[in-house]
Amino acid sequence: MGLTANSTGLNAVDFGLVIKKINDNDKVIALAGNPNVGKSTVFNELTGLKQHTGNWAGKTVTNAQGVCNYNNTNYILVDIPGTYSLMAHSAEEEVARDFICFGNPDAVIVVCDATCLERNLNLVLQTIEITDNVVVCVNLMDEAKNKGIEIDLKELSIKLGVPVVGTSARSGKGLNEMMNMLETVGNNHPISIKYIKSIEEAIALVEPVIKEKIGDCTIHSRWIALKLIDYDTALISSLSSYLGLDLLEDNEIAKSLHKAREIISQNNITDEGLKDKIVSCIVLTAEEICMDIVRFDRKCYNANDRKIDKILTNKWTGFPIMIALLGLVFWITITGANYPSALLSDGLFWLEDRLVELCILIRVPKFIYEMLIFGAYRVLAWVVSVMLPPMAIFFPLFTLLEDLGYLPRVAFNLDKSFKKCCACGKQALTMVMGFGCNAAGIVGCRIIDSPRERLIAMITNNFVPCNGRFPTLIAIITMFFVGTTGGLVQSLVSTMLLTVVILLGIFMTFAISALLSKTILKGEASAFTLELPPYRKPKILEIIVRSVFDRTLFVLGRAIAISAPAGLVIWILANISIGNYTLLAHCSNFLNPFAQALGMDGVILLAFILGFPANEIVIPIIIMSYMATGSIMKLDSLFELRQLLVNNGWTWITAISTMLFSLMHFPCSTTCLTIKKETQSNKWTAISFLVPTVTGIIICFLFANIARLFI
Amino acid sequence: MNKSVCSLTDLKIGETARVNKLSLTGSMRRRVQDIGLIEGTEVECVLKSPGGDPIAYQIRGAIIALRNEDSLNILVTV
Repeated sequence: MGLTANSTGLNAVDFGLVIKKINDNDKVIALAGNPNVGKSTVFNELTGLKQHTGNWAGKTVTNAQGVCNYNNTNYILVDIPGTYSLMAHSAEEEVARDFICFGNPDAVIVVCDATCLERNLNLVLQTIEITDNVVVCVNLMDEAKNKGIEIDLKELSIKLGVPVVGTSARSGKGLNEMMNMLETVGNNHPISIKYIKSIEEAIALVEPVIKEKIGDCTIHSRWIALKLIDYDTALISSLSSYLGLDLLEDNEIAKSLHKAREIISQNNITDEGLKDKIVSCIVLTAEEICMDIVRFDRKCYNANDRKIDKILTNKWTGFPIMIALLGLVFWITITGANYPSALLSDGLFWLEDRLVELCILIRVPKFIYEMLIFGAYRVLAWVVSVMLPPMAIFFPLFTLLEDLGYLPRVAFNLDKSFKKCCACGKQALTMVMGFGCNAAGIVGCRIIDSPRERLIAMITNNFVPCNGRFPTLIAIITMFFVGTTGGLVQSLVSTMLLTVVILLGIFMTFAISALLSKTILKGEASAFTLELPPYRKPKILEIIVRSVFDRTLFVLGRAIAISAPAGLVIWILANISIGNYTLLAHCSNFLNPFAQALGMDGVILLAFILGFPANEIVIPIIIMSYMATGSIMKLDSLFELRQLLVNNGWTWITAISTMLFSLMHFPCSTTCLTIKKETQSNKWTAISFLVPTVTGIIICFLFANIARLFI
Repeated sequence: MNKSVCSLTDLKIGETARVNKLSLTGSMRRRVQDIGLIEGTEVECVLKSPGGDPIAYQIRGAIIALRNEDSLNILVTV
């Protein structure tokens, strides 16, 4: 799951899957596959949708759907989460299996990775065990070819009994052929997996009874029989309600099942042992099939990857490289953003003057144009000029790291530290997503299997500043700690300070994770497997286009939609007086004593509260509030902005406290909503709200009061 | 032939071994089976993380990192 218009912000909230057919002849196609085999790429190529792709396992955590028109038929493609198995050991596996079983898809495309076909066949075999209507898409054929791996697709198709097509989805190769094959799935005769003798005998007893009861059904009776023997209770009850037949209550089934279980226990197979045997048979079948059809030209086909891995995960170089890369991304963002930021600001404030002139010319009443221009427009201009450039630079860089396949290595490096906090190394991935958008980070937590570790990752995700917050941090750092003169030294110092702030956030993530594991979320670290995918050459142009149009503009759009009305509200608050004070002054005066104790002032705290819908608008609100109370002045540069803040009593203590509070306070409203949706619990939403807020309050209080002792 | 049984964590980088017995239980047992690690599977130790835990192994063509507390319970024949 990456950051896209479909995954960030409000859209991160998953409202469940409703298949939207345009007309009745539309075909529903499920896209299944192991994690990180290019399912999302196949999906995008076919539907033209911008489901985000990246080189790490577990990106797609919700079912995405899109329409593809081929040969005058509408195919509704459903991208289901990547799984290694359909045995429903985790939430994703359950979603995937349930969709294949009960989602009534007309066909299932199982996408495989040609570079490790054997393991992928595991899922293929499990799918053809459920239904006939399967097409196997062996993706990444280009990558396999480069590695000297040859696959006999024709033979594979014969062995499986379902159509097989080789594709290179990144260049669109083979996809048309795949769509053609969808029309022929009706003629499939998939092989059935041969289990050991006792299991086969047990199946032979139960299957005929099931077959007679359910008649013509897309779900194979053999598979239902197997699941009954395996006693998969959750599945059996879903199956029962789907079939309209209580499988466990039916007398004939119960009778045959009883006999079948006797055979199993006579052969000294325990429940656990039965599961082992079933899995082994599937894995061995996959192995046998691959033995004849896959050929490796070179033995060490991924030697280069291993060399890179050795450097990136080395005891001495692993962590420094990680921090250096983080720093580099911020440095490029900071230096790159300066100039366009100034340009945008000049342009937008020039436009402001022209708008005012226009309003005067066409005689718009003064209070109306002041409200609209000095209220709504000005905050908007600030948000655009301060937020857009860093975002437009940060997102492509982030996508680049993601496409390369670096992120799983970060999780690999950090897992030990997370384990010490009794958390999961994959939390590192959700944190990195948090840099883009905390709401997306929260949804990303689904890649963590254990509910306890998932909650820890959700509650602490907000300690990573999202792109709505780090421009705030950059602005304050630049104004107060490095000077605004520009130049290489300045940008390097800014980067360093920002990296320190981020590292503090990461440290807090660890500290709070450990604290939670010791208190309200007690428990041991649980099952952990992490796949390190091969490095892939990123498609630079695609990255830029995708991140600008998909991420940047979307996130900016949301900021604008919230900042304009917020600007209006501030202006009204600042211009309506009760008694001797404006409403704004009443509010900020009320908050002031508390805010002062935290090293800030009432206006800043008010800005954080008003910034609840979107953190991007905190700094603009602060500026608006100061300008509304003082004389209106022009803010052409960060230097003048600094003057404005200093005139309003800002010191370096205020600056640091504001940064600390920005790093550690309540998640924005969309993030809260996402947490509510993901946890289905008011309690955990409240905790996720309170934990960072209380932490921020404590740390700001301590910092401000200790710092004041020294001046 | 000189065959000895040890745990997966004892493998040095570059060493290959065959799984002898899975002593894992519960969800971790099922998880490693899903990625194709069953008795008889060939495994190569490919990469250690900076702290020496987790360690990444090549399992059926894919690189999978496992925590030492888990791989300790996977017995292999070198």
